[in-house]
Amino acid sequence: MTLLVVRDLTVRYAPGVPAVRGVGFDVGAGEVLGVVGESGSGKTALALAMVGLLPPDARVTGSVRLRGEELVGRSDAELSRIRGRDLAMVFQDPLSALTPVHPVGDQIAEAVRIHSGATWPAARARAVELLDLVGIPGAARRARACPHEFSGGMRQRVMIAMAIANDPVAIVADEPTTALDVTVQAQVLDVLKAAKEATGAAIVLITHDLGVVAGFADRIMVMHAGRAVESGPVEEVYRRPRMPYTIGLLQSLPRMGAAGAARPAPVDGASPEAPAAGGGCAFRPRCPVAVDACGGRDPEPVLVGPSGHTAACVNTEATADPDAVFPLPDAVPRPARPPRRERPVVLEVDGLVRHHPLYRGTLLRRRAGTVHAVDGIGFDVREAETLALVGESGCGKTTALMEILRLARPQRGSVAVLGQDTAALRPARRKALRRDVQVVFQDPFTSLDPRMRVADIIAEPFAAHGLRAPRGRVRELLDLVGLEPAHAGRYPHGLSGGQRQRVGIARALALEPRLLLLDEPVAALDVSVQAGVMDLLEGLRNRLGIAYLFVAHDLAVVHRIADRVAVMYMGRIVEIGSVDEVYGRPAHPYTRALLDAVPLPDPRLERRRRRVPLRGDLPDPTAPPAGCRFRSRCPRYAALGAVDARRCEEHDPMPRPMSTDRESDQWAACHHPLAEAGAGS
Amino acid sequence: MTTGLAARTAPGRPAGTPSPAGPPRLPRRIARSRRAVAGLVLLAALFAVAFAGPLLSRWGWDDTDFTAFRQGPSARHWLGTTQSGRDVLALTLRGTRRSLVIGLSVAVLSTGLAGLVGTVAGFAGGRLDRILMWGTDLLLVVPSFLLVAVLAPLLGGGALVPLLAAVLWMVGARSVRAMTVSLREREYVLAARFLGAGPARVIVRHVLPQLASLLVVDASVNVSVAVVAESGLSYLGFGVRPPDVSLGTLVAAGQGAAPACPWPFAAAAAMLVLIVLAVNLLGDGLRDVLDPEAGPRRGDR
Repeated sequence: MTLLVVRDLTVRYAPGVPAVRGVGFDVGAGEVLGVVGESGSGKTALALAMVGLLPPDARVTGSVRLRGEELVGRSDAELSRIRGRDLAMVFQDPLSALTPVHPVGDQIAEAVRIHSGATWPAARARAVELLDLVGIPGAARRARACPHEFSGGMRQRVMIAMAIANDPVAIVADEPTTALDVTVQAQVLDVLKAAKEATGAAIVLITHDLGVVAGFADRIMVMHAGRAVESGPVEEVYRRPRMPYTIGLLQSLPRMGAAGAARPAPVDGASPEAPAAGGGCAFRPRCPVAVDACGGRDPEPVLVGPSGHTAACVNTEATADPDAVFPLPDAVPRPARPPRRERPVVLEVDGLVRHHPLYRGTLLRRRAGTVHAVDGIGFDVREAETLALVGESGCGKTTALMEILRLARPQRGSVAVLGQDTAALRPARRKALRRDVQVVFQDPFTSLDPRMRVADIIAEPFAAHGLRAPRGRVRELLDLVGLEPAHAGRYPHGLSGGQRQRVGIARALALEPRLLLLDEPVAALDVSVQAGVMDLLEGLRNRLGIAYLFVAHDLAVVHRIADRVAVMYMGRIVEIGSVDEVYGRPAHPYTRALLDAVPLPDPRLERRRRRVPLRGDLPDPTAPPAGCRFRSRCPRYAALGAVDARRCEEHDPMPRPMSTDRESDQWAACHHPLAEAGAGS
Repeated sequence: MTTGLAARTAPGRPAGTPSPAGPPRLPRRIARSRRAVAGLVLLAALFAVAFAGPLLSRWGWDDTDFTAFRQGPSARHWLGTTQSGRDVLALTLRGTRRSLVIGLSVAVLSTGLAGLVGTVAGFAGGRLDRILMWGTDLLLVVPSFLLVAVLAPLLGGGALVPLLAAVLWMVGARSVRAMTVSLREREYVLAARFLGAGPARVIVRHVLPQLASLLVVDASVNVSVAVVAESGLSYLGFGVRPPDVSLGTLVAAGQGAAPACPWPFAAAAAMLVLIVLAVNLLGDGLRDVLDPEAGPRRGDR
């Protein structure tokens, strides 16, 4: 039964171009429609238009019918009777979507009372029931807690509980898992699935993550520049995409599935926010198979496959073979280098510790505890290799990076760069050493000084060291990172995210460093832009022989670029080894769980996967569990007998090699590793 | 490229030449701001009148015309005379000159001090930060107006400017520090530090430009506050001592007779209003120009 029918929906903000241009779709009972698109594609405007929450200066035309009832054009008061009862919404940021001063139980109970007129005690009881349904342990007690006492994942569960409080007909979820770690994302998606089963609601899931859609949605709609450019059943669209934009999106994803690390193709240029009126297909400037007919007017969706698979493309003949649409850029070959063991060590970290003291009180400061941000980690990075530090947020990976960047004496342990111990450095030597160690930050929007031109930004490293940039060096660097000489005179706000990140990389390369520290360099970029930046980083490493220390939370990205990977959990490295070994045969249960939680952008693989989900959230970082820190969430520990479990409770596991093979350097800190030494797979 | 190197040779201040590729440099942008230009012109006019005016006038500020006491405007005395026969125009110009010099130098001194203490405390953090802020807070709770009133006569006329500056910088320093602390954690500031740039360079290149609009607003407020404070002190007899005059003493002297003879009072009060107006216009205009997110610069995409 079709519950939600959207036809020709257009959203226009006061003067400018429409954010959504004539979008239409149907969603049936118990069906999930995944709406994907990059930033600026109009997907959030679409969500807000459906629930009538756009600001008053936005004009909405077209039709949104919920069980045959028209919603567009209703007054806010009328919509309020429908919102929360028949039509519910789950927002991206559960912290700002919940009122901070009321207990969550009361907030859910209020949602129940408004629409059903139940008494407070009955509504509260229902709230506890709902919290239990979404998997919040100790629901009756936790109902009395305020939002700040919940973690991000738990808050999103509360939001879902509130959304399903009145058995809605349809749920609109706008990026419900984007702010969450992968392991928590997997939990929340499971909850959303359970909520769907319990209510039979139609779900519109808006996301930029093609992996989430692959695992969760039945149908997919790809949005670009405010239009639905391709839609159809998930399996069909993933297997045979016909719109060049969809093809580009799917190909630009780094994959870590069975097919191995096929190099993703980048889709160049920024997603246009404002397509020229009547200018034809908005994707034309980036499209490799554009023909003359693409100009003129927006292409209408045409049927290209079974079960209503449509693509809004003029030249669908050219996209019959998706692999041929985007030419793969030439890979920079990796020059033959001596084996790892013989290459010089660029960075050596041993027993590095960074504890943050917590103080209470203003006048008399009392030490209230210690956050063990980094608690004794060790690794080395050799020339021309990439070591990735991965882990969930709060695991200490960025702290470790910053601690290395300080080039000063650590609280405990040692850091040696190019053989020089940072604890023993004099200021002049430290400054000189900075030329060899450079950094690229996560957010290209905050890492460049908004008041400086690109040329000045790139030349700044020279000035900082009292040098003059050699003539032509800025142009050379721009060229190296794939920017035009004309970009030199621009200010950062005149560049797209991908271009800014390239400027950041050029600045880091200016002094020809030997070691580059990258803090989530592609996490803030759209997937189609990510591929280009990753290509650039890979090419630079292969050409210049720089060593990378790459901090990331995205395991697919890491799989693509890293040679070795170190998995961190609560300030410790729980597993380290070559990418092939760690991804292929994870020894630590945490690594296994992380890998399991990453959604694969392939519906068939994603649905066939057998996964052991990780329970719960990170423990309080000021009081890690005794013995093994991962114990509280470990699926393996839960299955152990009393004798084996004792070891996990009493002894903190130390990293030890997982194989006797000389070629292997996989180490894991686990008493009961998944792949025991020499046991094969 | 060339623009980059040109700017490098003269770091800190943008070169005056507008580059072909980018948005115009600072002077050009100021010229585009109506408010800044209006304020600048008004301020320049006030200075010109206050310094050049007396040269053209027949009467000096300390001359006494024994033939005209407390008279209205006439061809002989354009703005009339006071009770003691002094020329109101000459007195007002003299007072304007004093007030302008005091206001501007106090503003420059106190805002400079605020910027210095604020950025150093905010950027250094730790113990130095705590000591500096402790001192700032201590000065904040001292009744500053009384302090100046007591100390100014003791230390002589020249001490008025430093004294006023010394009691006006604290609020500015606190907000500068707060902003510096948040700027210090910005990634581009971190990036500059990790590039190897020293603290002085980071403050000058990356922190101060962001603080510019805050400092300009602080300075323009301080001009007004200093002019008004000086007038207040002089009015009470603690500031400028007779026979010298400032706008404050003129207002004080003129107010008693204002109903019958408004000229001395009105002329001084009008000048006071004009000074404050000019400075605030200029400050507002500069703030808009210096704010990177503000209007016209966006147009260069």
